[in-house]
Amino acid sequence: MIASNPFAELAVVIPPTAMQAYVVLMILLVVAGTILDMLHKKSAQYFFENARKAKKNATRTLGAGEKSALALKTVANEVLTSGEFANPKRRISHLFTMYGFIIFVVTTAILIFAYPTLNDPAPAILPLLWHLGAAMLCLGGYWFWFSIRVDVASEGVKWYQLNGRGDLFIIGLLGMATFALLWSFTRGADTLSMLFFVLFVAFSTLLFGSVYWSKFAHMFFKPAAAFQKRVIKADGSRENMPAIYDLSDPEVQSRFPDIPTYMGANPPNMGLGIKREAPNHF
Amino acid sequence: MPTFVYMTRCDGCGHCVDICPSDIMHIDKVTRRAYNIEPNMCWECYSCVKACPHDAIDVRGYADFAPLGHSVRVRRDEEKGVIAWRIKFRNGEKDMELLAPITTKPWGKHIPQLSDVPAPSQAMRDSQLLFNEPKYIRLDEGELHTLESNGLVMKEGVYY
Repeated sequence: MIASNPFAELAVVIPPTAMQAYVVLMILLVVAGTILDMLHKKSAQYFFENARKAKKNATRTLGAGEKSALALKTVANEVLTSGEFANPKRRISHLFTMYGFIIFVVTTAILIFAYPTLNDPAPAILPLLWHLGAAMLCLGGYWFWFSIRVDVASEGVKWYQLNGRGDLFIIGLLGMATFALLWSFTRGADTLSMLFFVLFVAFSTLLFGSVYWSKFAHMFFKPAAAFQKRVIKADGSRENMPAIYDLSDPEVQSRFPDIPTYMGANPPNMGLGIKREAPNHF
Repeated sequence: MPTFVYMTRCDGCGHCVDICPSDIMHIDKVTRRAYNIEPNMCWECYSCVKACPHDAIDVRGYADFAPLGHSVRVRRDEEKGVIAWRIKFRNGEKDMELLAPITTKPWGKHIPQLSDVPAPSQAMRDSQLLFNEPKYIRLDEGELHTLESNGLVMKEGVYY
């Protein structure tokens, strides 16, 4: 069941060209939504201004090689492993959601374009990955929805209460993945299966069509912001933040006489204070 | 001047929401990032600035230590037990960094408890230092005001 292509079976009812046109339309909606979002929020302008300010305050110039190394590090750490998250639960949930979404969307496109009908059977790995992607998206997404969403974790909102436009993205993701799986698992029960398919398409359209209003475009902004954070650390501007010093260095101790010399680099009696507990004291 | 959040650095973790003593840092419902909902009630205590794990909050320093157009940033490292300040003047002449220990006592010990200290006596309340205490503390007319004494009930959660 999970190794058979659900779109090929659907091709009996809906022509494959319609499915392919829908996928192309969704891609166009994402592109248009992101561009409009960028124009509206003036993100490109903001990032360029930030880069200009950093260059002005820089203590050393970065070469092209160094910048590409930083870009690769950004991709490897912040993008591929969601390294920006300090909270491990948020990080793991985001990894499941992100990779689940990517696997699901890519396999959907491959199944619809390369193996559209039952005449071209898809290799079993593809529908398996399709189901796996949707399952991962559900796992990370529902975990986020029930306990990690900041309104629930830090502001006392109950999980069943929607809390503004910020929920549009996660609702779209969860609806798309849940109804995709339900549609696939009810194949054979015609009306129910068709209902789940209609809901799957509805939530997918909501997700890709609401890019301008939802958090969707963060997947483009966040890597840019992460890259800039690495650049400002490397060129010394640090957005005017103080540097991180090694407390056991005698030069540092002579420069800042308030630092007791017995503290050493990692003082034994210090520990988590503010960050000891999760921020849920609403 | 009140705090503001750099939205590209904020990831909506909620630490500033938790620590703000005036309860004015909240999470925006649209972008799901933090923001200051009542800037004129902010008294620039720097709690949110220090609590933010991503250094995403900034606040203009008071004029008694930093002139117009300055930049003041602070980083509190509680595992190393130090607090670092950096003040830059707008003429570029002054770029001062300060590094000091947060405390040299072990974390979690020797915390002063207000309940261990006796309440002010009537003589102290009548003295010059405390005579101006606002009437609504009502130490002279019975117990301290509480939610229960005013017939109110605490409602859990954030509503705005």
